[in-house]
This record gives sequence, C-alpha cells and structure tokens, in this order.
Amino acid sequence: MNQKNDANRWKRFEDWDARPLRLDKFAAEDPENGFAAFHGAADPKPTLGLVGNRITAMDGVQEEDFDMIDAFIANYHIDPVIAKEAMAIPSEQLARMLVDMNVPRTQLTRLARGLTPAKLAETVAQLNAMEIAFAYSKMRARQSPGNQAHVTNAKDDPLQLAADAAIAVALGFDEIETTMRVARNSWSNALACCVGSTVGRAGTLFQCSSEEAEELEIGMAGFTSYAETISVYGTESAFIDGDDTPWSKGWLTAAYASRGIKMRCTSGAAAELLMGFHESKSMLYLEARCLCLQRGMGSQGTQNGGIDGAPLASTVPGGVREIMAENLIAVWLDLECASGNDARHSESDMRVAAKVLPYLIGGSDLICSGFGSILKYDNSFNPSSFNGEEIEEFLVLQRDFEADGGLTAVEDARSLDLRRRAIDALAFVLKDLQLAEATEDMKRSVAVASGSNDTESFAPREVALISDKINQNGVTVIDVIRSLYRGEFYAEAENLLFLVKLRVSGDYLQTSSVVRDGHVLSAINDPNNYTGPGTGHRLTEARRKELAAIRDVLDRDEVLRAEAASKVTEAKSIRYQTMGPAIIGKNVKEIVVGVSPGFGSKIFRTLAGHRLSDVLAALKTGIEHGHGSMRLVRLWHTADTSFLGLSAARLSGSGLGIGLQSKGTAVIHQKNRLPHNNLELFSNAPITTLKHYEKLGFNSTVYAGGDLPDPIIVPTKGEALGARFHARVALTYAIETAMTKDDASPEDLEITFLEVR
Amino acid sequence: MPNNSMTASDYPIAEKWPEDVKGSRGKPLPALTMEAVIDGSVTIEDLRITSCALVNQAQIASSVGRHALAKNLKRAAEMTRLSQEQVMEIYELLRPGRADSKESILQVSKKLREEQQAILLAEFLEEAASFYEMRGLFRKRY
Repeated sequence: MNQKNDANRWKRFEDWDARPLRLDKFAAEDPENGFAAFHGAADPKPTLGLVGNRITAMDGVQEEDFDMIDAFIANYHIDPVIAKEAMAIPSEQLARMLVDMNVPRTQLTRLARGLTPAKLAETVAQLNAMEIAFAYSKMRARQSPGNQAHVTNAKDDPLQLAADAAIAVALGFDEIETTMRVARNSWSNALACCVGSTVGRAGTLFQCSSEEAEELEIGMAGFTSYAETISVYGTESAFIDGDDTPWSKGWLTAAYASRGIKMRCTSGAAAELLMGFHESKSMLYLEARCLCLQRGMGSQGTQNGGIDGAPLASTVPGGVREIMAENLIAVWLDLECASGNDARHSESDMRVAAKVLPYLIGGSDLICSGFGSILKYDNSFNPSSFNGEEIEEFLVLQRDFEADGGLTAVEDARSLDLRRRAIDALAFVLKDLQLAEATEDMKRSVAVASGSNDTESFAPREVALISDKINQNGVTVIDVIRSLYRGEFYAEAENLLFLVKLRVSGDYLQTSSVVRDGHVLSAINDPNNYTGPGTGHRLTEARRKELAAIRDVLDRDEVLRAEAASKVTEAKSIRYQTMGPAIIGKNVKEIVVGVSPGFGSKIFRTLAGHRLSDVLAALKTGIEHGHGSMRLVRLWHTADTSFLGLSAARLSGSGLGIGLQSKGTAVIHQKNRLPHNNLELFSNAPITTLKHYEKLGFNSTVYAGGDLPDPIIVPTKGEALGARFHARVALTYAIETAMTKDDASPEDLEITFLEVR
Repeated sequence: MPNNSMTASDYPIAEKWPEDVKGSRGKPLPALTMEAVIDGSVTIEDLRITSCALVNQAQIASSVGRHALAKNLKRAAEMTRLSQEQVMEIYELLRPGRADSKESILQVSKKLREEQQAILLAEFLEEAASFYEMRGLFRKRY
C-alpha cells in the first residue's frame, strides 16, 4: 500500500484544522456555570408586585431582598403607571408587536418603561435572528445610521493620531475614539486627535478613553466631546468588583451632562462571566438588567452588544444571536445604541462579516463602536471586527447591499493631502504652545505611513513629556483654537470652535446625537419612523451614488482604453489580411481556426494577458506539430465560442475546427456534432497558458486523424475567476456581439508574424 | 424663549433660540465668534453649559417621553453649581467602601441641599446612603 494513504483520518480534517476558524475556541453550554446565552440556570420568571406606586417585588425577588441593581431598577427604571398595563401583556404578544411594522416604535418604547428585565429578556428571546434584526432596525432611535472609529497607534505618536483622525473624518465616521498604550499619554492623544479631527469637516465627535476622573478633566478642558466608558454590570458583585455602584455611575452620568459632554454607558454580554460573578444567570438576562439600569440612570444611550465580552459570548451556542437580542433590548428601551461589532469575536473573516451584516443592512446609531480605522497592530483597544486593512471590504459591502454603513470612500490623492494638513496643523500647535518640535522627516514619514511600523516620529518618552506639559500648563481647547488661527489654519480653528460651542446648548445631549452638515441630528429631530416599506431610513440618490463610488471601477471606455494600448504592440507583431469569403476546404490535414468579430481589430489580448498574436502562433505550432496546417477564418455572424468552433469545423477540410474568442476562450469542434457537444473546451481563459493553446492545436490534429488524445486539463487553484474577470468579460463580449451581423459570411484571414519566433 | 416648557419643536435650541442660549458668563451663542476668541474676550468659561440650558433639554426630553433622561439632565443642571473637585470628591465617596458610614454621605447631601440648592442631588445621595447601609457597603475594602 502506498504509505501516503496509510492514514486513519479523513484528510479533509487537516484542511479544516488549518483554517483560521479553528483558532477560535468554542465552549459547551453550561448554564450552572454561566455559559448560557438565553436560558440561565437561575434566570427568574418575570413578575412585578405593585402596591399603589410602590414596587414590592420584581422578577421573583421581594423588595426587602433587592440587591442594589434591583433597587435602582425598581426606583429609576420601572414606571409604575405603565407597569401594570405592560406587564399584563403576554411576552408572546410583545414579541409579535416588535416585528409588526404596523405597531409604531413609540408605542413599544412607552411599554418598555413598565417592563422588568426578565420580561424584556423573555420577550426578545422568542425572536429568531432575522426577527431580531428586523425589530432592531424598526426600534433604533435615530433614523440615519452612523459609525464610530478607533484612532490609536502602537507608539501613541501624536502626528500619526492627527493624520489618522483626519482620515477617519474623511471616511465619514460620526465619532472617533482614542486610547493610549501608556496611560500618562492621555493628554497628548487627546490634543492630537482633537486637532486632526478638525481637518476637512466640522462636527466629528471625539472621545479619549481613560481613567474616569482624568477623562472628565480632559473633557472639561474641551478636547473631547463625548464619553462612553461608564461601564455597568448585571450583578451586584461584578459591579462592586468593578469598584462602582449604580449610584456612583449615576453620579458620573449627571457629571458629564453637567459639563456639556455627550455620554453613554457601556455593557455587554459575558462581562459578568469574565469577572466570575454570573450568579448562574444567562447573558441575556444580565444584560437586560444592565440596560434597565442605564435607562434608569438617565443615560441617553449605551455601548452594547458583547463589547469586550463578545469573543466569550460567541463561544456558546446562540451567542451571536444573544448579542443581537441585547442590542434589541437597548433600542426598545429607547437608548442610543453603539452596537458593538468592535472587539473582533473571531479569527474567521466569514464569522466577522456575518455578524456585522444585520447592522449594516438594518442600520444602527453607531454600527461599530468602534471600527478600527487604523491597522490591527495599531489598535490599542485590540483588533476590531473591521480594521484599517478591511475598510475597503466594508465599503464594498455597503455598495453590494446599497446599505448606508456611514462610510464613504476617500480618494488616493485627497487622503495624502488630508494627512499632511493634519500633521502640519498639529506640528504647528505643538511648536506654538511650546510642547514639542516635529522635523520635516518625521512629518513625511507619518504622512505616507500605513501604520506605526513605518514611521520615524516622536519617541515614547517625548510623547509622555508632551502629555505632561499639556496637563501641567493647563492648555485648553481655547488655546488650541487660538494657536490654529495663528498658524493660519483658519478652517480648522473654525471647525474646532463650532464643535466646542455645541456644548453650550447641550443639543447633543439628547438621545442618539451626531453632527451632520453643521447640524445636530438626534432622535428628537430625526426620529426613526419606520412603519414599513417606503418609510424609515432610505438612501437618497446622491448617497446611493456615493456608496457606489469605490475605486477601480471598470466601464466600457476603460476596457477600450486598455485595448488601445495593446493595439500598438500588436501592430508590430502581427498583420492580418482579409482574403475574401471563406469556403469549405479540401485539404484533409487542415484545421480551421475560427475567430470572433473583434479579434485582433478591437481586442488584442486574452483575459490571461496573452497577446492574440502569441495565441495564434502557439496554435499554429501545435497544429504543425501534429502535421496539420492552420487556416484562419473570421466569423461575423457570431461571437459565441461553440458556434465559432462549429462553424470553423464545417469550413474545415478535415472537419475539425477550433473556435477562439478574443478573450481567449477556445473550443475544439467537429462538423457533425451538436453545437454544445464539443470535443474540448478551455472555459477558463484567465488561467490558460500558451502551452495549453499549443496542445489544443496538436489535439485537434489527433481528432482529425480519428484518434482520441489525452484531453487537456487546465489546472485551477480554485480562484474566484468570475469575481476577477466577469465584469471585463461582459464588457469585452458586448463589444464583440455588437459587431456581429446575422447573415454575414466568414472571411479568410491571412496572417504574417512580424517578429522572429 | 417660549413661555411654556420647551418641546421637541424648540430643538435644536442652538438653532431655534440662539440668543437665549448662553454660556456660564452670560454670553449668548452669536457672541462666541472667532474674533472674540482671538481677542481674548471669550474664554473656556463661556463655553460651559448652564443649568438653564440643561433644564431646557430636560423639558425637551420629557416632551417625547424620555423621563429618565430628563431627570438626569435636571440632576446635571444642579451639578453645574458644583466645582470639578466637588464633583469628583462625591463620585469617589459613592464608590464601594469609600464612605465609612451612612452619616458621611448624609453630611455631604445636607451641604448640597442647604448650601447649593441641589435638592435632586441631595436626594440621590440620601437614597444611595440607605441602600449602601442595607447592602453592607460601608465596610472597608482593601
């Protein structure tokens, strides 16, 4: 027995083992130990005890046994007036209302104010993934979808932060979030992103995720405009372990608003499980508690949907459906939802794309929270679902589904201009405020760099010093505006002033606020009014065109331009001469090669890039090797491979013909066969080599002699040739079919090779 | 300014009522110009939200049924009267194990109520104090 077949395992498993998917680890369902998405061992049944307006029991717990979370939810979330009515509605009915387009969202958000966490969880658990996605789209608060970016780098380099912030703004992100590798660099990161985000457009909100007190101070200095790191947890012990209580977090929630800073809380499945305090409750039920708590605290919104726990939540059966379900509870509770899709939950690109799709097509306040606008290794939050590497994939998904994911392609030349502008602006401010000096070499290296591995910029120690100085000198956003102005960065100074003025009115403290075209857009003035087809968020024609405008899009002119370039080289290598109408040959050794109407006159290269002169030369060599002779005929009545081949065969003295399209598709045919019952076909022109054509020529002579040759196999590595070539194929083919004439007769062609072969 | 409580139709107030939106030193929005920033007459204080604006936003939130958000904005309106240090001190006090007794929180709430007219904040603290006691949070954590 051949040794390589001596295996006791189907080798497909080895192939599977090598897939990135197999780096993901999956966990068994184990409700006792917290590994349950929907049905925890200790999940309570929904109940509510009401005496007058006093809540005496909730979800199976008596008032005297309430933990802090129960107590806070009972006091601040449950509206006793609505509760009586809402809790009486069976959860099956509530579930149907969520997916009923005729039930407006405001009716459901009103009822949610009277529902307990267990009731909310029990309701959404009844929906399948598609129903959850639909309900989410209907229930989200603001009508126009948006997106959030991470802007960080592995060196905390301020120049790169500024450049990358400008790019994130140009891509259309509504919010950008930074954090640091080294905590003390927070002020430097804040200043850098703040300046970078003023380039090109005003109104991109910015946050610097750091320690609570410092984050608020940075906000007070005016560098940041929002925060989202107010984490809450679904069990009391996890909360205390996180060194907070519902009241301390509630205090912070008011603190941000009191300083005119937009703020949302954060919670996500599996946080309690990671922290070891799950109380044998399901991820969904614990999240329902977190979300009721956040609404009760008066947060306008939530960053929700697994978040840092997404990778763990996704290890259990139904984990991803659970993440969708908790997001649905968030929007049902009328909260802005920055819907996760950030911490990458899988090494498999397919799992990642599948997870984001419902949010992309259904929309979300912030689809990702955030999307890594920088390369994976530069993401100081850890890699996101989508990163700098994958931005174009996201742009194409938007285009495929005609779904607004909040992003717009940035042109090549413009991106470098924007980067340079941001770098120059920040470098000026750093110098002007006597914080640091950037050399021209530093600026250039950052401008062109894709990631921090390619930069020669500030050293880590220098960044720490910049950061300390900003803090110690009490630099505020007013100093930065004045500095930008002094440096004649007038547009950037105006954009920054516009942004900080937003905090005076507090308009962006309302639910789901973003800034678009100089105006605050929120659930107040852009409420989601979905009630079926034709309502809710729809693409405008202008936006549809923006989504379609990705780079390197092929059109007919582009194909003709490329061919015109090849025409020049072909003119030097081959000459075609039309000899008049072709008739049936008498030579039993001849093989007729029938070419398509545009062959060598409009189209000059095959899809594999072979010059048509080379393909003809290869065929000729092969035919002559088989002691045949080649006769070339141009067919005018068809451009179809099979009919080119069959018509050629019918004209051939040997009865054998080869059909050859300009794009390189070729067939061996015999005169008495049915059109699509050919002898051999090269359907994969892009991977067909000149050797293959030569062999094809030879084989045709073997068939002519009445023998059966070894058919030629063009080996494929499984390339998605359709994706790579079909746009060009269709355009090329259309050029040829437009040249066909129904009754036109074939013409003999004489060719002269002008090069020594 | 409208005579009654603000509603969604007054939103965004920066666009509907620009003259009535003022920073903490009384300068209205249209006065916060680049020229004023450059000549030094506008400072960071002028970019601070006022309790009036927060109350207006609370009214707008209430008008569309967002009562919990409105309540937070009202707490925030009171909090504009607190210094940054005071805000952070009280936050720290509310974290687990920081206060050693119910009394230490009640002392702070008394000050808020009596000296800073921060009634909602005082109530919020008083309520925290009683739940912290029930849940045994006044023990020292290391």
